[in-house]
Amino acid sequence: MTSETFSTSVPAETNQNDPGGNERLPSPDTPVVVIEGSKSWVPLRLGDLWSYRGLLYFLIWRDVKVRYKQTLLGATWAILQPLMTMLIFTLLFGKLAGIKSEGVPYPIFAYGGLLIWIFFANSVTNSGNSLVSSAHLITKIYFPRMLVPAGAVAAGLVDLALAFTIQIGLMIYYGVHPSWALMMVLPLVVLTTLLALGVGMWLSALNVKYRDIRYAIPFLIQLWMFSSPIIYPVSMLPVKWQWVLTLNPLTGIIENFRIALFGNQPFNWKSLGISTAITFVVLVYSSYSFRRMERHFADIV
Amino acid sequence: MPPIIKVEGLGKQYRIGSDGSAYSTLRETLVNRFRSPFNGAQRRNSEDKKIWAVRDVNFEVNAGEVVGIIGRNGAGKSTLLKILSRVTEPTTGRVELHGRVGSLLEVGTGFHPELSGRENIYLNGAVLGMSRAEITRKFDDIVAFSEVGKFIDTPVKRYSSGMYVRLAFAVAAYLEPEILLVDEVLAVGDAGFQRKCLDRMKDVGRRGRTVLFVSHNMPAVTRLCDRTILLDEGTILQDDESHKVVGSYLKSGLGTMAAREWDDLSRAPGNEIVRLCAVRVRTDDGRVTDALDIRFPVGIEIEFEVLKPGCVLLPNIHVSNEEGVLLFIAAENDPAWQRTPRPVGRFISSAWIPGNFFSEGTIIVGAAVSTMDPVTIHFFERDAVAFQVIDKFEGDSARGDYAGPYPGVVRPMLRWTSRGPEIKTARAANEEITR
Repeated sequence: MTSETFSTSVPAETNQNDPGGNERLPSPDTPVVVIEGSKSWVPLRLGDLWSYRGLLYFLIWRDVKVRYKQTLLGATWAILQPLMTMLIFTLLFGKLAGIKSEGVPYPIFAYGGLLIWIFFANSVTNSGNSLVSSAHLITKIYFPRMLVPAGAVAAGLVDLALAFTIQIGLMIYYGVHPSWALMMVLPLVVLTTLLALGVGMWLSALNVKYRDIRYAIPFLIQLWMFSSPIIYPVSMLPVKWQWVLTLNPLTGIIENFRIALFGNQPFNWKSLGISTAITFVVLVYSSYSFRRMERHFADIV
Repeated sequence: MPPIIKVEGLGKQYRIGSDGSAYSTLRETLVNRFRSPFNGAQRRNSEDKKIWAVRDVNFEVNAGEVVGIIGRNGAGKSTLLKILSRVTEPTTGRVELHGRVGSLLEVGTGFHPELSGRENIYLNGAVLGMSRAEITRKFDDIVAFSEVGKFIDTPVKRYSSGMYVRLAFAVAAYLEPEILLVDEVLAVGDAGFQRKCLDRMKDVGRRGRTVLFVSHNMPAVTRLCDRTILLDEGTILQDDESHKVVGSYLKSGLGTMAAREWDDLSRAPGNEIVRLCAVRVRTDDGRVTDALDIRFPVGIEIEFEVLKPGCVLLPNIHVSNEEGVLLFIAAENDPAWQRTPRPVGRFISSAWIPGNFFSEGTIIVGAAVSTMDPVTIHFFERDAVAFQVIDKFEGDSARGDYAGPYPGVVRPMLRWTSRGPEIKTARAANEEITR
């Protein structure tokens, strides 16, 4: 959309018309903004994103503050959502269907998967709709548009952290002790965040142009849930079909997230590698296509 | 010293879809792709109308200048400001900005109703480009300027609209970029606060800040700006000292338009309940006119289409003079539609303003349709129409035989009665002499 450079070539001549001396002379570090119609290929300009990190902070802060305003239970919702889902799953799939859960009690097995899943699903949904619901900002002020879906994804991390404390409580209750493998939780959450950002950012940009996306997101999320090992372990599938599931980048994440929590088996580096690779492809593709669509946002949102 | 803003050959083209909707559905695109996979893009283009909102605009602004931008609705003022503030991208041309830009296209951008005044100061400040430290430093000044005082920790959704605007403007007033772009934000708030804001802006200009100021408020433009750019149909018509440009704008009749009609209802002002079709200025013999004889009545006609039945609708007009002074507001009082929900269909409401009422000059009329309970403004077209009031000096207007300057915002023809020592008629006096 625009290119911002920090010009070093502005001559620091004195202003003859202003004998009093002008403190607002363009100094060598005065930012020079050049506005031009952009070509088809648009650079990412990560530097610009970095300089707006303060705004990102406030967007996240606003989302977190506003989310549970005027609700009776407040932030308890962040815990209730995975907890209730886990109870239903335990009843239906753990007890009735008798799904095997790789040697750990089904409730913590399901809750572990749901932690990642609910964070991912909420992040994708919120960021997918974020640009359209921020139309009033986009049409009135300039800032890197990527901050909007990014803020929506990051705000979900607070809920994830709250829900995570329950996981620890449940594990203590069921007598499952974490090992050093628990250290992997953080990188896995980062990977999930990046994947959610990649998917959410792309959907949010498409949503500006095609309002169909808003209706497609819940459907997509539902399909995605059943094709991820949340209710069931990967090992439930016949060995020769397990690779299909691995193509879903969430598979490697959820699988290894459980291993990190329970330390019951060695990490599956192969599926984690595939997840990481797919996540980065998605992120890079969606960043560039977001930047390409970005210039029309204010005109059509 | 190089100019702080340099605009070269700037143009912005908008595409108006044939169906009038700005965004397309996925199905439409897929169907088009499928029908003609190789030239789908061109196909769509040929069906669309394109308009230039801004075309071939060139100007330079030096550091410290305060420049006004005027022109009637749709002249491209706001589009120009949106390009300069990087909200939207130009189709052609190039802009160079040597300095940090702060843009105020509305007050309270990013305000969240659930958050308190305090929280919104931080949020809005961040949106406008201030750092957290900067906001903290200016926080007390902002609160003092806004006059909301003890309500600072109340959610802004409980604020009156006046308080809301004051708080929002206060944050903006403490924005300190090298270049400030301001769009018509002063059209809100009470008169006292407006004055305070104008003074603050004048101050900002005096301190070497560069300001671009879009406004319909001609006295504000002449007072604040040394230089003014007049836009019409996307191009620069005049770029000169403010009083010259404002004068010729008002004289040229560019600002006056006796009838405005919206052919495409989907793009007309309004909502799903009612949309504006036309606003006209008519003489009492039915002609549309932009020149009114000061002695004769004039009708302001609002034509609107009700799309959804069951709403009590109140057409109203907002009449101001060329200095932006609101002379009066008048709402429809036809007994037939008082507290009566309207059926679907087209309505024409006319307000008749008596002769010998206005002063000479330009009268600007805004047209609105609102509902009182709950208060909803379905549309408010600020400068819908305008006309000139002319005195033909035939001796029977309120000014009588006097032809000099005649100030005053209205000029009513009053009924005068006078008492004094009895004056005898000429005949009676004659009789007295002869007796």
